[in-house]
Amino acid sequence: MRSVATLTTLLTAAILVLPSATAPAGDAPWLPKPARGQGEKCVADTDWMRRNHMTMLMHQRDDTVYDGIRTKRFSLKGCIECHAVKAADGKPVTVASPTHFCRTCHDYAAVRVDCFECHASRPEATATTTGKATPVRPSTTDAAVLAQYLRSLER
Amino acid sequence: MSCGSKSGASCGSGGACGCATGRGDVIDDARRAFLRGATATAVTTLAAGVTLYSFGAEPAAARGPDEKVTSKVRWGLLIDASKCGDGCSACVTACQTENGWRDTGHPETDAQWIRKLTVNNPKNGATFSLPMMCQHCADPPCVDVCPTGASFKRADGIVLVDKHTCIGCRYCMMACPYKARSFIHEPLEDQKPHAPRGKGTVESCTMCVHRVDEGRIPACVEACNDTAGGAMLFGDLNDPLSEIAKRVAAFRTTRIRADLGCNPGVYYRNI
Ligand code: SF4
Ligand code: SF4
Repeated sequence: MRSVATLTTLLTAAILVLPSATAPAGDAPWLPKPARGQGEKCVADTDWMRRNHMTMLMHQRDDTVYDGIRTKRFSLKGCIECHAVKAADGKPVTVASPTHFCRTCHDYAAVRVDCFECHASRPEATATTTGKATPVRPSTTDAAVLAQYLRSLER
Repeated sequence: MSCGSKSGASCGSGGACGCATGRGDVIDDARRAFLRGATATAVTTLAAGVTLYSFGAEPAAARGPDEKVTSKVRWGLLIDASKCGDGCSACVTACQTENGWRDTGHPETDAQWIRKLTVNNPKNGATFSLPMMCQHCADPPCVDVCPTGASFKRADGIVLVDKHTCIGCRYCMMACPYKARSFIHEPLEDQKPHAPRGKGTVESCTMCVHRVDEGRIPACVEACNDTAGGAMLFGDLNDPLSEIAKRVAAFRTTRIRADLGCNPGVYYRNI
């Protein structure tokens, strides 16, 4: 685990040196270039996410499984939806494809993830459950929790 | 979400309540709770539980996404076998669609979260059918025997497998008196995002925990109410004002193999 952490740190440090996706070709071509997610920005700073996403996912996983807490911010389902990479046919790729968001870095760092032995590695084709669409439940507290998290990160 | 909506159909098919009266009672109950000095949250919860679960409609959230489940609630099912059609398997199909399991032509090893049973009395030839799934026992033997703690009961009574810790030993399958659990033998892909399942782990009915956490009812109950006999009712057994608790109190119900003392959360009528 320690070596993984070191590797991740090194990798992160290396990536951070890179300018954004618009960088001219030729800049450190050996480094992975993960696809951008949808939307303005990630649920936390990119460099912070690079170091800590696994911890947050692990934390959220137990909260969800045991306590039924289903906040959106660090939900794996949310990551997968936002970071879906489309194949030539327009459909999101599964983790079987080397272009899958998670694989871009994990392949480079040689860190194998087993999340997708059970979890879906791409969003549902047409997000349907039986019959009715899932009502999006506005949460009064989600925003507050998010703000609190963000503040704690700034410290 | 009101009685007049499509999903209010279960109310009519349940036959035991008129929407208008039911709704009136609900409001009164909520007001009474308020006057008794309950907190505003409790009233909301109570009202939501009563209003919505009672009629099998789309219930509003009784709990925020960031709130833990509590043992104040105990989710349960009441299944009326007299309304369960012999050849009908709407609940099974709905569960498969919702949770992404299916028959692959290997009946001995295929996962089975819910199945239809035909019960017959050889002495008098009487037969009837009923759906059978994890009974969400309050004292679940599957949890007792699990060596890793993967098999567990949530505070609200839903029994689940934490597949992150399950080692696939299958002790729980042996211990379950209801044959409710399945083991996944083959690698899977394209699972439902809300229902992770994978090779080497054990699984069973989750009472559609992902829907319940959103304030919705399980897929089988919804399908039975919308397209079949309306034999299933989902609700909070701990809430004396919920339709399920009222019916369990009013009618003679049976829990299968109650003698085993597992205290199942699934009640049957007319069996
Ligand atoms: S029915 Fe079986 S799997 Fe479900 S809680 Fe009871 S013992 Fe466990
Ligand atoms: S198969 Fe998994 S859930 Fe069942 S007893 Fe073994 S470790 Fe526990």
